[in-house]
This record gives sequence, C-alpha cells and structure tokens, in this order.
Amino acid sequence: MSGDPTLERIAQGEGLALCAAGNWTARFAPALERIVSDAEKLRGSRSHIFIDVSQVASLDTFGAWLIERLRRSLSDASAEAEIAGLSANYSSLVDEVRRVGPAPKTASNQLLIVGMLEQIGRTVAGISGTIIGLVDMLGAVLAAAGKVLIHPRSFRLTSTVHHLEQVCLRAVPIVVLITFLIGCIISQQGIFHFRRFGADIFVVDMLGVLVLREIGVLLVAIMVAGRSGSAYTAELGSMKMREEIDALRTMGFDPIEVLILPRMLALVLALPILAFLGAMAALYGGGLVAWLYGGVDPEAFLLRLRDAISIDHFIVGMVKAPVMAAVIGIVACVEGLAVQGSAESLGQHTTASVVKGIFFVIVMDGVFAIFFASIGM
Amino acid sequence: MAEQDIDAIIRVRDITVQFGSTRVLDGLDLDVKRGEILGFVGPSGAGKSVLTRTIIGLVPKVSGRIEVFGVDLDAANSAQRRGVERRWGVLFQQGALFSSLTVRQNIQFPAREYLRVSQRLLDEIVVAKLVMVGLKPEVADRYPSELSGGMIKRVALARALALDPELVFLDEPTSGLDPIGAGDFDELVRTLQRTLGLTVFMVTHDLDSLYTACDRIAVLGNGKIIAAGSIADMKASQHPWLQQYFNGKRARAVVA
Repeated sequence: MSGDPTLERIAQGEGLALCAAGNWTARFAPALERIVSDAEKLRGSRSHIFIDVSQVASLDTFGAWLIERLRRSLSDASAEAEIAGLSANYSSLVDEVRRVGPAPKTASNQLLIVGMLEQIGRTVAGISGTIIGLVDMLGAVLAAAGKVLIHPRSFRLTSTVHHLEQVCLRAVPIVVLITFLIGCIISQQGIFHFRRFGADIFVVDMLGVLVLREIGVLLVAIMVAGRSGSAYTAELGSMKMREEIDALRTMGFDPIEVLILPRMLALVLALPILAFLGAMAALYGGGLVAWLYGGVDPEAFLLRLRDAISIDHFIVGMVKAPVMAAVIGIVACVEGLAVQGSAESLGQHTTASVVKGIFFVIVMDGVFAIFFASIGM
Repeated sequence: MAEQDIDAIIRVRDITVQFGSTRVLDGLDLDVKRGEILGFVGPSGAGKSVLTRTIIGLVPKVSGRIEVFGVDLDAANSAQRRGVERRWGVLFQQGALFSSLTVRQNIQFPAREYLRVSQRLLDEIVVAKLVMVGLKPEVADRYPSELSGGMIKRVALARALALDPELVFLDEPTSGLDPIGAGDFDELVRTLQRTLGLTVFMVTHDLDSLYTACDRIAVLGNGKIIAAGSIADMKASQHPWLQQYFNGKRARAVVA
C-alpha cells in the first residue's frame, strides 16, 4: 500500500535528517514500532539530528507518540533533537503527547515459590476470618430475629413467602426426581449384592435407615446449597455491587432484617420440607425397584420397613435439616455481602458460597453422627 | 431529506425501531458529516440512546438502511463489519468498563486484540491516552470499582479512543461530571476532533456542550428528526419543545 509509513535518513553535513512520510497511524503501529526502534539506535551517532514530519500523510496518537519517543531517545545524548515541519493541525497533538511522562512501573515480579508460600499463608490466615465472619453473621441474624420477635410488625412476610416459593416450591420437582432416582439406585445395588447371601429382604433395612437418616437430608442439602445458596450470593452480591445495600442502609433499614432474615427463614423452613419429600420419593423409588427388580412386593416391603426403622431415624434426619439450612444460608449471605465491585469477584464469591456451603453441610453431618451415636439414637 | 451528501460518514435512511407495539423510531433520516461534532438532543425517553445503539448494531431495526463509512451495515460481511467497528469508538453512558480488568488492561484491550505491537508500546500508549483525557498515569493499575464517576467517564473515553478511531459515539459524556470537569471534557472532545480529525456523534443534555463543543445539532422527537442545524437555527425554530429547550430559563442562564 502506498500509505505505508517510512523514515528516511538524509545526511546533512554534520547532522542527520530523519524524514517521516506515509500514514503514521494505529493501523500501521507494528511497522511503525519497528522503524522507530531501528532509528533509536542512531542515538549519539551525529552531533545534530532532527526529525522532519512535513511529509506525513496522517498522524494519530500512536504515530505522534512514536515520533515523540524517538525525539526523546535521540536527545538524551548531547544535543536536543528537534521535530520540524509540523503542520498546525498536528502540532497540538504532538504537544499533547509531549506531556506524557514515562510509564509507571508495574508491580515487580516475585519469585514463584515466594508467591506460592504467600498465597498459602494468606489462605490459612483467611480461615479464621471466614469462621469469624460466619459467627458474626449468625449473631446478626439472631439479633434481627429477636428484634422481629419483639416488634412482629416489622417482619417481612411477603418477602419470606416469595423466597419460600423460590427455594421450596420451585425446587420440589428436581429434588423429588433426583432423590427418587437415588432411591432406585440404592435399592437395585442392595438387591444385586445381598442376593448372593440370600438376604434380599435386608435391602429394605438398608434403604430405610440410609434414606431417612443420611441420604435424604444430605443430598437435599447439597442440592439446595447449589441451587439456592448460589442464588442468594449472586442476588446479594449484585445488590452490593450496585450500592443497593448502601441505599437501604441510608434509608434507615437494616439490610440483615430486610434482605437476609426473610431469606434465612425461607431456607430454614424449606429444607425440612424438601428433605421430607426427598426421603419419601427415595423410599418410593427404592420400593418400586425392590418390587420390579427384586420381587419384594409392596406389602412385604412395608411390613419389613415398619420393623426395620423406628421413628428415631426419621427424627434424626429431620432435626438435621433446619441446621443445615441455616449453615447454607449464612455462608451464602456472608459471601454475598463480601462481593467487591467486579464481575469476577461476584463469580468467585458465588463459587465459594457453594463450595463452602457443601463443605459445612458435610462437616455438620459428621458432627451430628457423633452426637446421635453418643446419645444412642 | 433525500439529497445525497457525499461527505456523510453516517447515513441513516428511513429507520424504524419498535419494542413490542411501541414505535420508538419512525422513519428517521440522519446524516453525520465527516469531521463534525454533532450534538444529538431530545426529550428523555425519545430514543436518543436507541438510535445510537441501532447505528452501532446493538438494537435490531424493523426497516431502514444504515451506512457508516459508506458501508451498508446490513449488507456487509463480517470482515467488512469488523473493519468498520475498528474505525469507531463508543463511550457508553455508564462507561461499561470491564470490571475485572484494570484501567491499563481496559485501555489496552482493543489494541492488544487488533494490533501486534510490543507490551512496551501498549503501556506507553496507555499513559498517553490517560494524559490526553486528563488523568494521572497512576490510575492505570486501579480497577473500575476504585474510580470516581468522572474518572470512569474519562477512562471509558480513553478506551473508546484506544485505536484512534475516526468516529466516536458519546452517550451523555458529561452527565455526572462537575461543570468544570464537563467543560474540560468538551474542550477535550474539541481538541481531539481538531487534532485527530474525529467525527463525533454526541448524545447530550448539556446545553454548555451544545454551545461550546457542537458544530451542528439534531433534535429527536416523535421518532423523527424534527430539526437539524446550528444553535442559531435551533433558537429560531418555532417548535414548542425547541423553544422551551433553547430559550428556557436554564438556556438563558447558559447564554448569560
């Protein structure tokens, strides 16, 4: 193309003229950079160097800056390099880039190993922060709940019902479907392996205890952490990003009371309901497979179930549900309020909400297992 | 308004845009000439931003024809379209900076994608752009959430100018700036227009900007351009909204 930028070197006695021509614009930036880097090596080779830009067809910030950079690197030596032939149009642009100082240094690169150690240190130190944050939020939520108990009129029923619909009613189909399938699988696996000992019927014991005590509530809690915990974090996080939470505070509302208490309450009510439905669906699925695959007819299944399980198993499962809901909710709300201004931060905290939520649910389940074992339930 | 203007950098013909059953733009024609600063005004909700977004290609139109740099954007293939997109810059109303990138990375983003140049040059260009839009080079390592509203506007302008475009769309560039900052911004747009030969399409409500920065003003109303011309033309117009806008209390304050 004819507009390609050039920089011709013309000797003028003791001095040297660098004649720029063509288009000195962003489109030609790679070529321009090469030309200028080459010309910068002329530094100090002549007593007097000047840059003639009268032939330049078009100039933009890229071109102007590169000419200015060339001028600077040529002037350092003994004499000041000059720019000649500047048209009135471009002189203001060149004046503009002349004000540009050197680029500020970016953060220095550390050793990789130091960076890794630093990261580990920060993470470990962050654990105590996480625990304190959770306890802090638990306290704030309980305080807000206490306030609402004293002044019941400040309770946000509409909001609670709305969230109950979101986390409970709308979750029913998927929760029932998944627990039903898990019940089917447990039953099929049980029958398949127990049959070798002729102990088919014990699949009912296994199914009953497993589903009512552990799987029902644990599985549902994990699903709720993924489904509703992430939603809470994302909602609160984007409200935090857009200063909506600050707006609430300035109007004299407590965000804990307005936003978090209804969500927590909805979750604490929803999880036992979902866990119950999930347990029933799993028992139904297990019974169905036991009948169709294992030849245990429904009547025998129910009789065996009545012998195998006691109400204790059911109570153990149901007692765990609201506690797990509270853990999920608190983790989700803490993470939501920790979101900073960027989209990336929102993503990180939503991920952290789900991961931590599931982790704490399983930890709680272990604590409950020890507790119930020691009181003999 | 069918006369062909050879020098028109944007040529909009008979554009209709509809959201549901609400017709926002109704057979609108508009020309933007090369090298001018066009101020685009109109009542709130008249569809100024919609027209801008339609020209950029973010809002689908029902009918009509849009040419930018002589390229019909509907008929253009993807390479032609990219070519056009490289030659314009857009400043969104809220800045639309990438929140997970620093100011430096935001400004470098288009250049890094389109040009194969060294990191050193990219860093230097960032400093140059920041100085041009009146910011200190130290803000380069901050994230958008750590900037004030006015700084966000300036950084967004720097990003819009990153590839030295020939045409920039500014959607309410001075809203949310203090009067001095807004005046500086107008001056900046003027300087850039002079030095870089920019064509500027500026949606604005700022009477000061219209007086000091704009060469020509177009007024949107009822989905059409109801008037286009200089400030003097606007003040002479008999249209009630224009009368109120340019001869109202605030306008008199500006002139005085």
